[in-house]
Amino acid sequence: MEAVAEAAAPSPALRNSPKMTSRKTDVYYGESQALRDVDLDIGENQVTSLIGPSGCGKSTFLRCLNRMNDVIDGCRVEGEITLDGIDVYRSGLDVVQLRARVGMVFQKPNPFPKSIYDNIAYGPRLHGIAESKSELDDIVELSLSRAGLWEEVKDRLTSPGTGLSGGQQQRLCIARAIAVNPEVILMDEPCSALDPIATAKIEELIDELRQNFTIVIVTHSMQQAARVSQKTAFFHLGNLVEVGDTEQLFTNPRDERTQGYITGRFG
Amino acid sequence: MTDSTAPTAALRRADLSEERLGRRYAAEKRFRAYGLMAIFAALAILGLLIGTIVLNGYTAFVQTHIAVPVYLDPQVIDPQDTNDPQIMGRADYQGLLRTSLRDRFPDVSGRRDRLKLYGILSNGAGLDVRDAVLSDPSIIGTTQTLWVKSSDDIDSLVKGYIDRTLPESDRRVKDNEIVWIEALEADGAIETQFNTTFFTAGDSREPEQAGIWGAVVGSFYTLLITLVLTFPIGVLSAVYLEEFAPKNKWTDLIEVNINNLAAVPSIIFGLLGLAVFLSIFGLPRSAPLVGGMVLALMTLPTIIIAARAALKAVPPSIREAALGVGASRLQVVTHHVLPLALPGIMTGTIIGMAQALGETAPLLMIGMVAFIVDIPGGVTDPATVLPVQIFLWADAPERAFVEKTNGAIMVLLGFLILMNALAVLLRKRFERQW
Ligand SMILES: Nc1ncnc2c1ncn2[C@@H]1O[C@H](COP(=O)(O)OP(=O)(O)OP(=O)(O)O)[C@@H](O)[C@H]1O
Ligand SMILES: [Mg+2]
Repeated sequence: MEAVAEAAAPSPALRNSPKMTSRKTDVYYGESQALRDVDLDIGENQVTSLIGPSGCGKSTFLRCLNRMNDVIDGCRVEGEITLDGIDVYRSGLDVVQLRARVGMVFQKPNPFPKSIYDNIAYGPRLHGIAESKSELDDIVELSLSRAGLWEEVKDRLTSPGTGLSGGQQQRLCIARAIAVNPEVILMDEPCSALDPIATAKIEELIDELRQNFTIVIVTHSMQQAARVSQKTAFFHLGNLVEVGDTEQLFTNPRDERTQGYITGRFG
Repeated sequence: MTDSTAPTAALRRADLSEERLGRRYAAEKRFRAYGLMAIFAALAILGLLIGTIVLNGYTAFVQTHIAVPVYLDPQVIDPQDTNDPQIMGRADYQGLLRTSLRDRFPDVSGRRDRLKLYGILSNGAGLDVRDAVLSDPSIIGTTQTLWVKSSDDIDSLVKGYIDRTLPESDRRVKDNEIVWIEALEADGAIETQFNTTFFTAGDSREPEQAGIWGAVVGSFYTLLITLVLTFPIGVLSAVYLEEFAPKNKWTDLIEVNINNLAAVPSIIFGLLGLAVFLSIFGLPRSAPLVGGMVLALMTLPTIIIAARAALKAVPPSIREAALGVGASRLQVVTHHVLPLALPGIMTGTIIGMAQALGETAPLLMIGMVAFIVDIPGGVTDPATVLPVQIFLWADAPERAFVEKTNGAIMVLLGFLILMNALAVLLRKRFERQW
């Protein structure tokens, strides 16, 4: 197995201390291995993008970070994944608390079939974040504003979240994720179901969110990775092939396979 | 290998000929015709069934009444002038009616003919008079024309179920009775009126006094027990199996067994109830409590299967969304999955209850087939249920019970249709597009 090609010297991308780390992570679905020996650092207040051909294990890795794999029967994770230096898998860390700190936005917008307000308020209520109704109202407004949705929905907070357009729904899901004020937000192809305008809005949003959150995003669009992320990791057949500064990875990849993928020769 | 210039199969174009098209259209037409025929056949059978039941049964909802002028003799009703309803309630009202009949047909003599004459009135006719007196004691001492129930044979005669042209020995109603009835009909003293007794009374040996209310109440208590037992157990099992249990050999085994349970003939559950609930636990016989427990065994698999299907229909993305914001698995279930699955669960439950309502065999085993006159007042009182009442009446020899049987079937079908309509309504109302 090849070593992960990463510059030994701290690159500008790693100027921040890692918020999450993964060491020698292996993931199995029953008998078949989906990820092999993944070592990856996720810098604080950065956007890290995960790219690679379909089926290479990007989603699998992302779901390890907040233990969403726990609910999949037969899924087994080995190795070490830490959040602020604490192993999320083995220290008896409560998975609900972990997910309050590491939120997630899914590929397909999945608002609850409830009102827009309740969609956002659900997480804060769950974790007792708001002390009063007015505080909750503030959280809802703030979250929707940060997700760039407030202006569009402020007059219909009681109408169902499922009645919004696809792009609005995805921003609603992002707002729902940031309403619990997590430290890390994981996004699995958040723009795959969206048109270019909605995509642009969400990319803008990601860039803003970077100030306050650590973001990991899976994407199939290399342009998107180049636009929004500071650091990019390239996966291939369950291996983490290369990770580095986004600019460096796209202009001057070290590995042949990365080169092949970003120039469109395979994948 | 031949060096062919003809294109290989993979390269041939689709055959777009008229002939192929015609064949396809013909096949579709034929299929539609078969489908329509099947539907019509099903509808015809259903129509025939309902039609015969209604034709045979609608007369159960009316009852022949005879107008009898009765002198409400204070000497008979309240000799001491106590005005005590207890005493007034015990008086011989049937006797008053008999006196009145004797006065109406003075030339009827001889013990046997007299008894025949008295027999045109129901044994319970005196109760109609008593009710009139008790509701208004001031009529005591006057002569009142009261409408009282006729006997079942006269009822059948008036409704036209007895052929008056048959030789006398072949009919239950004799010539002299027909003469009396025709005389009364000429007076306008015979009328078919709405049969309230049918909807308010319990069972009786006398068809004109028999009603379905006892069976309806029995069915209600039985289903109540069934619901109280199956809904929580069924939903909890389904939620556990669907949302929490690991998928392994054991849960597979449980699943297979639940499906098997749904296929067990219901009479077996009845035998089980007899052996366990009655013999071992010594619970009361013929009681809705035991009936409900037996039906619960039978309905449980239906509800579990329906509830699991409803839970499965909730898209996993909702669960992921809730987990993603940090809900625990229990919170995911109680906040999101269960509310979304509830309409489906309710639909399944109603359908299960409808099945239980129509079930007869297991209840026969635990003695709910007894002849019970009193309206049950609780789940441990002896009771019968609608389908068993139908079974009992269908077995009764009197002609008048035929219409009662069909009338009771109509009531039962009415309840079943109501429940199924509710289930459909619920499904339509809460149907969701994801
Ligand atoms: N629930 C599962 N059960 C079994 N195998 C799975 C499961 N989920 C993913 N896999 C397998 O794990 C491997 C990695 O899947 P993963 O979903 O992580 O790929 P991906 O990189 O996200 O692909 P895509 O870009 O198409 O989303 C694939 O071979 C897939 O078949
Ligand atoms: Mg994926």
